[in-house]
Amino acid sequence: MNAPQNPPQKPRGNKPGGRPLDLKNGRVDMSHGAGGRAMAQLIEDLFVGEFNNELLNREHDAAMFRLPPGRVVMSTDSFVISPLFFPGGNIGSLAVHGTVNDISMAGAKPYYLTAGFIIEEGFPLSDLAEIVKSMAEAAKEAGVSIVTGDTKVVERGHGDGIFINTAGVGVARDGIEICGDLAQPGDKILVNGTLGDHGVAVMSKRENLSFTTAIESDSQSLGDLVGAMIDAVPDIHVLRDPTRGGLAATLNEIAHQSGVGIELHESAIPVRPEVKSACELLGLDPLYVANEGKLIAICPAEKADALLAAMQAHPKGKDAAIVGEVLQDARCFVRMKTGLGGTRMVDWLAGEQLPRIC
Amino acid sequence: MKYVEEFRDAELAKGLSAAIKAEAEPERIYKFMEFCGGHTHALARYGVEDLLPNNVKMIHGPGCPVCVLPVGRVDEAVALATQHDVILCTYADLMRVPGTKYESLIKARSKGADVRMVYSTMDALKIAQDNPEREVVFFAIGFETTTPPTAVAIKQAQKLGLKNFSVYCNHVLTPAAMRAILGAHTPEGAPNVVLDGFVGPAHVSAVIGTQPYEEFTTDYKKPVVIAGFEPLDVMQSILQLIRQANDGRADVENEYARAVTPEGNVKAQALVDEVFEVRDEFSWRGLGSVPLSALKIRSEFSEFNAELRFRVEVPSPKENKLCECGPILRGEKNPVDCALFGTSCTPDNPMGACMVSSEGACAAHWTYGRFRTELELEESA
Repeated sequence: MNAPQNPPQKPRGNKPGGRPLDLKNGRVDMSHGAGGRAMAQLIEDLFVGEFNNELLNREHDAAMFRLPPGRVVMSTDSFVISPLFFPGGNIGSLAVHGTVNDISMAGAKPYYLTAGFIIEEGFPLSDLAEIVKSMAEAAKEAGVSIVTGDTKVVERGHGDGIFINTAGVGVARDGIEICGDLAQPGDKILVNGTLGDHGVAVMSKRENLSFTTAIESDSQSLGDLVGAMIDAVPDIHVLRDPTRGGLAATLNEIAHQSGVGIELHESAIPVRPEVKSACELLGLDPLYVANEGKLIAICPAEKADALLAAMQAHPKGKDAAIVGEVLQDARCFVRMKTGLGGTRMVDWLAGEQLPRIC
Repeated sequence: MKYVEEFRDAELAKGLSAAIKAEAEPERIYKFMEFCGGHTHALARYGVEDLLPNNVKMIHGPGCPVCVLPVGRVDEAVALATQHDVILCTYADLMRVPGTKYESLIKARSKGADVRMVYSTMDALKIAQDNPEREVVFFAIGFETTTPPTAVAIKQAQKLGLKNFSVYCNHVLTPAAMRAILGAHTPEGAPNVVLDGFVGPAHVSAVIGTQPYEEFTTDYKKPVVIAGFEPLDVMQSILQLIRQANDGRADVENEYARAVTPEGNVKAQALVDEVFEVRDEFSWRGLGSVPLSALKIRSEFSEFNAELRFRVEVPSPKENKLCECGPILRGEKNPVDCALFGTSCTPDNPMGACMVSSEGACAAHWTYGRFRTELELEESA
């Protein structure tokens, strides 16, 4: 892209705050959201320090930038997760990956993010620093800049530690048409790797469900993989990241948006044995378990092999597989040929997936 | 997944399917009841129905603890959670079971009641230890499978000297329910459900063993094949039931020998006997009042009996008149026979318990199998 014109460097004197932030033992208090000196110090020492880019460093209330030609793609997402830190990531990296991926799923290249923090009074500054640091690393890895943000502090007991909202903008080049309503009968359905890793990694650390597993969250930004996929097969019809509700919920959404049916092949769907085992133990179905670094691609059947090859050639798609096809079906049923040889529906999730009694 | 995938093998399934088709006599219809919701779930989730010939019919039984819990007990639990300042701990899918006027524990929680989902009785005990100033009630539910952990919790609470922990006991007994199914007759004296045999419970039998099923083969002449919850287990047991039916035999056979012994888990049985005794009768959704069909806490442990510790007042329970959960649980009707199925009653908005529990017959058919009904309708049109 054309880089934004360099803004003048801000003079760095007259820093707010007296004592430096105690990032080791300090805690967020109401003053950090009150708009005064403490808040300015938090922003300057932590957020600006970590996110560090020319647009943010100007500390204006809004970021002004140019975008390359094409259609602007915008998305926003709020991140609420328990626990905040899980194997393979934390709420911060997740908040970057989530919005980057939402933009990528429109076939767009993401450029800029915003970050809004709602922090509960008493939240350890060390945790906040770790979260912000991992956001900065995730943004750098994804090639995006966090250019503006917001901080609010709520009284103790009125939040769950920290909530983060990110919004982002990107650009889709002309000629790329990727949307959930464009699946066509005959199209093939691909995924870029094993399903359910994120959900199981998070569950393994839940207070009331703690179990030992080597599984880490798959949380990652998918912009570079999508770029490689579009280069190989520009006429991808649908891209979608199967986050909450997993593959099952996402395919049901696509089936309804496109007015088509879908048939999956259970034996082709990649799921790690450890994830299968954890789901088995808890009475859950991996098809409904959340992912944060996976995508579903739907493309014309004759392009499926080329797309699969492009995905498998990328490190974030090495376990990619063709898992099903789109059917003509006005009832928009998502069905699956089971590994056993029968057929069953893969329905919308009703409420949340809950472990069985016995 | 060692020791699991082997029981979901497509080639073995194909072989079993062929054997079932070869041995099922084409001129007769076989009707087998899978007692457990776990079997209902396995049949639906793996598409086993597609591998069975049309003349082998599976009838869903009452073996889902959530489904058979009567509305009145749900109402009482909601009242416990709302009328007393208790922390009510419960297993997950119980939270959504509607009582009278669709009040459920999850709705009670949204209105401020302290209802918490737990994964084990030990979680409930820990909550009691962590909240000594609050009364903690564990909503105990389930067949013989989940009863021993409840007994352990009560014994542990006694050992710890916990004064703020009690159990609202809703444990029920499998053989009594099977007896009620087989004993139900029309006014003319015909059996309500004609069955050629039972796919016997898996986890329940691991606790109680195979011996309690002998009466069904001797008194009722019904074959029982105890089966594991994996799809190949279920298919193998169906084949064994077909063989028994063809031979005119009625035996207890144990397909699930890797977990079930004739005597069962004697230690667990002794523990249950120590803490619980059989109730004179208990009301089941679908089966009505069934004598000697449930457990209550023995007087030696009455300090942990929530029914004695708390008084709850609930109006007479009312079920939706159109809800067919009763006949479905008794195996007399199929989910699609219910006027509410798929119209006003879906897993997102369940009117009856069979749609709430993931192991309920209605939920299983809606979630995994309803495309078949649609295809049949298309074909008949």
